[in-house]
Amino acid sequence: MMEIGISHYLILSGILFSIGFMGVLRRKNLLMLFFATEVMLNAVNVAFAAIGNYYGDLSGQMFAFFVIAVAASEVAVGLGLLIVLYKKYGSLDLDVISSMKG
Amino acid sequence: MYEVIAFYIFAISTTILFLITVMSKNVLYAMTSLAAGMVMISGFFFLLGADFLGVVQLIVYVGAVMALYAFAMMFFDATKDIKEKHQNPALVFLLGGLMAVVFVVMFSAPIIGENIQALYPVGGAKDLVLAAYGPEMIAGNTHDVGLVLFTKYLVPFEVAAVMLLVAMIAGIILAGKKMDYSLTECEASDKDLDDEILKGAGQ
Repeated sequence: MMEIGISHYLILSGILFSIGFMGVLRRKNLLMLFFATEVMLNAVNVAFAAIGNYYGDLSGQMFAFFVIAVAASEVAVGLGLLIVLYKKYGSLDLDVISSMKG
Repeated sequence: MYEVIAFYIFAISTTILFLITVMSKNVLYAMTSLAAGMVMISGFFFLLGADFLGVVQLIVYVGAVMALYAFAMMFFDATKDIKEKHQNPALVFLLGGLMAVVFVVMFSAPIIGENIQALYPVGGAKDLVLAAYGPEMIAGNTHDVGLVLFTKYLVPFEVAAVMLLVAMIAGIILAGKKMDYSLTECEASDKDLDDEILKGAGQ
């Protein structure tokens, strides 16, 4: 069987990122949009860890840690905003929420 | 051999679970599959020798972030299926597919820079720990991460701590207002509140 190299991890990471990107494009509900961004962040973390492993360098893992910290704070602020939006509009649908024309 | 099997199991399960997350109409299914996919992602970190990162992924993502999502889901009505109106699904799939191909090619392009030197090599803390505490105290990846995180990346670490504090305060301020009445029955409770105020004014 083939040895698992960095390209396996990078292709997988690209596929996962694309899945998240498709989600961001097609979702109309804000909560589901958040899930799709989490998928993208996780995909990038896998790429960071794989590249760090390939070079024998710890910087990749460090950046993955900071991505996790950013994701955690993004979720905290984002969910607060979602609750405010839900109070205001009674829905999380982007078509209902959007106030600009075009 | 086992690494290959584990990689393919994790790869296939994460792909399927994240596809469910992105395609599902039910919030509960999407959230559950996202949590399961994140557990599987931590498997890659353990395979790559990043043990501490894998544990952090399990605790922070699967523990804290998903608990927060589950908590937020209770505010919204999660039992209904989500209706999404797609104006031009073919265009979305075309654009998404094109971008997907671009991303996969970009990520899998051969890496330039064969002669890159590792700035903070893996196993750098081993000698220090060996000299200070003896061979039974070596914890591998955790020691390396601690050494690099609290020397070279100390400033970003502190900035991240401040950022988390700011995010916490923002979350409390945004979500904490008017917690005393129900969100899903917002209008009903508004009316009740108005009635009560009118009654109070009448008396």
